[in-house]
Amino acid sequence: MNVTELREHICETYPDLCPLFSLEFGDGVLTVDPERLRQAAVDLHNFGFDLLGMVTAVDRGDAFELVYRLRSRVLSVGMFLKCRIPRDEPKAPSMVDLWPAADWHEREVYDLFGVVFEGHPNLRRMFLPEDWKGHPLRKDYVDDNIIRRPDYF
Amino acid sequence: MVEVESRTPVTDESGRCVDELLINVGPSHPSTHGVCRLIARLDGEVVTEVEPVIGYLHRGLEKIAENRTYLQIVPLTDRLDYVGSMYANWAYCRAVERLAGIRVPEHAEYLRVITCELQRIASHMMSLGSTGADTGAGTVFIYAFDVRDRIVDLFEDLCGARLTYSYVRPGGVSRDLPEGWADKCREALAYTRTYVDKMDKLFFGNSIARGRLKGIGVLDPELAVAWGATGPTARASGVDWDLRRDDPYSVYPRFDFDIPLGSNGDIYDRGRVRIFECYESCRIVEQALEQLEPGPIRAEGLPRLLRPRPGDAYDHIESARGSLGVYLVSDGSPKPWRFKVRSPTFSNLSLVRVLGVGHTIADLPLILGSLDPVFGEVDR
Amino acid sequence: MPFLGGVIFGLAAVLLICLVSTVNIWWERKIAGRVHLRYGPQTTGPLGLMQPLADMLKLLFKEDITPAASDRMVFRMAPLLVFAPVAMSMVVIPFALGWTALDSSVGILFFLAVPSLSVLGILLGGWSSRNSYATIGGIRGAAQMISYEVPRSLSILAVVIVAGSIRPSQVLEAWQWWWIPLLAIAFVVFIIASIAETNRAPFDLAEAESELVAGYITDYSGFRMAVFVLTEYGGILTTALFASAVFFGAGFRLGGLVGAIALVATAFVLMSFILWVGWVFPRPRADQLMSFCWKVLTPMALVQLVIVGVVVPWLR
Repeated sequence: MNVTELREHICETYPDLCPLFSLEFGDGVLTVDPERLRQAAVDLHNFGFDLLGMVTAVDRGDAFELVYRLRSRVLSVGMFLKCRIPRDEPKAPSMVDLWPAADWHEREVYDLFGVVFEGHPNLRRMFLPEDWKGHPLRKDYVDDNIIRRPDYF
Repeated sequence: MVEVESRTPVTDESGRCVDELLINVGPSHPSTHGVCRLIARLDGEVVTEVEPVIGYLHRGLEKIAENRTYLQIVPLTDRLDYVGSMYANWAYCRAVERLAGIRVPEHAEYLRVITCELQRIASHMMSLGSTGADTGAGTVFIYAFDVRDRIVDLFEDLCGARLTYSYVRPGGVSRDLPEGWADKCREALAYTRTYVDKMDKLFFGNSIARGRLKGIGVLDPELAVAWGATGPTARASGVDWDLRRDDPYSVYPRFDFDIPLGSNGDIYDRGRVRIFECYESCRIVEQALEQLEPGPIRAEGLPRLLRPRPGDAYDHIESARGSLGVYLVSDGSPKPWRFKVRSPTFSNLSLVRVLGVGHTIADLPLILGSLDPVFGEVDR
Repeated sequence: MPFLGGVIFGLAAVLLICLVSTVNIWWERKIAGRVHLRYGPQTTGPLGLMQPLADMLKLLFKEDITPAASDRMVFRMAPLLVFAPVAMSMVVIPFALGWTALDSSVGILFFLAVPSLSVLGILLGGWSSRNSYATIGGIRGAAQMISYEVPRSLSILAVVIVAGSIRPSQVLEAWQWWWIPLLAIAFVVFIIASIAETNRAPFDLAEAESELVAGYITDYSGFRMAVFVLTEYGGILTTALFASAVFFGAGFRLGGLVGAIALVATAFVLMSFILWVGWVFPRPRADQLMSFCWKVLTPMALVQLVIVGVVVPWLR
């Protein structure tokens, strides 16, 4: 199935999700608000997206953008689910009950960005030691040990 | 040292208290997988709970990449899956090319496929050798590394490096094949076929090895999909999913190859799936060498400093461990805004929690090894 | 003066084990190399012959660490407890017709029983290290060694029945060439059980894999570890010598020096076979090892006893 067919199918099954679906660089993207995130994830899971590729976040300056990469083996297509959450209180519902693969990915996002996933059974830091202060992948992360290479262009 | 810590006293049917032993299979293993800590709770000999702790090789590659140009990130990707740098570079370059809209010439695509498939064989040899060494058959390790050595010699002729190649670059590859490389490659493939066959019979045909590997670490296909496992780990359980066939990229549609599938999902099947994938990779490389035509190795008109348009793109390839994907967010500047690697081993490794339960402590390193972890890509 | 003779022979046995272990260090590496499609030691001396010297010097120069938490006296005593019984068992091996050091009337039983005392040394070595991995390794090793006594003894029992005596020189005198096919099963069982008995690969769970650390020899370094290595090679040597003496008639019952040389040659071939086997096979798990002993080797030894029991009265 290619992206246009996917768009048609989604529009048929979930008409309210239709306007939120866009095409970027050849991939289907569903952008939702934080309130709709859980419901959209459940809808997509029921639709046939059984493989969760990754959960990650991007620091967009004014908000964090949560990015979920989903894949359906049966329909042989992949898509993004994106959601912007406020930066000062980053919270999101956990998807562990839908896709157990989300367990470690959400812990990684918590570790590196500080996004708290509600309902996660074991939200601890993944890579950094338990007593580390701060979340490194945020753009405003300050650490004296970081050496910034000069630009040569 | 081991601390004996009992939480609530566990009692068996006759009311006797059975204390649980907490064992730490520490970050530095005598076995050959890398830095991973497994905290196991044992009830006698049987594991009741195992928790992998990672992060010992975390170098902050994703943060470093935010201050590097797109070409400077290529050596960083080498160090992700350092056993398979060729395809790690390729996954990244595909994402960059998708983002910047670069079309790679066919000759370069063929070279990428050839090197990726050879790298797949080399990576599987490392995995099989480690499995053999873990069970005590050191001979298998040496044979596997002999095969890997031939392939790495080919790569040394090609790009000068033996482990971290930085060969595949955005827009193409760095060098063309030297003269006589194709013939040496064919010799190496013939050697590979002979010796992989010998290893198969020597190790997987041995009844002691079968006793150790069969029925251990059985992975249910539904569980594999739910936990996001891809690659030989999932295929050994019968999950028929391979990106080269189901989401074809590059020039793979032009080749004729099969995807080996296992049925039981135990360690034995995973090892044999890897063995058969080596044969299939040999086939692909031979077909590619035949179809290879001279041509440019890099896209034309590529600027020295890539400035892709703002946006984000995700692209993936089928690595020896599963689906390796790279997600790049660009803001129009020469450096990416966000560089994220979707590593297959990261998702596969969470399966240790499920697979280890119910087996003895002696099986844990074998289970960990059968998932073929490379901690460079797990920890980044 | 039997006491002086005993002392001299004891020293000679220990020296023989040391000498053969030294040769084995080189020979095993060469075998391992060839199995691995490579040459083995080459640069240390011509053909790598100085390798044992290099290894011995290295072990002697290593720092001798006794863990602070360990039970010192037992820790230091354990290697000797493991080594002495193996050296003692050399005394009853008939080297040729009339060339037996201690031709006791229970010689064969002596050979089977005395090396079992090594189990004590292994248990104590593991226990005294005060290290959980070592303890578990020691216990596993002890369990393995005790279990494998049974098929080992049963196979030799078959030989004793055919020979009609436990005295080593009488077993030798009674040897006939058709013992080889008759006692083939006993031979196989004896060799396999001895490999397990001496904790030799592929049955070296106790020292090579126990929770991925080195088992009961974890905390031993330097010369104390060398004593454990000597014990292992000494065990292989005594097994090979005994098997060639009893199953192959100590050099096919040729007398004197020729017989002794034939014995040594047969023993060398057997020893090479045991070394070779160690490098080819993977290790079974502990429970698989035990089930192999009780469900495969012991029934085989019993079958051999049945065969012998049927054949021997018919022969007499």
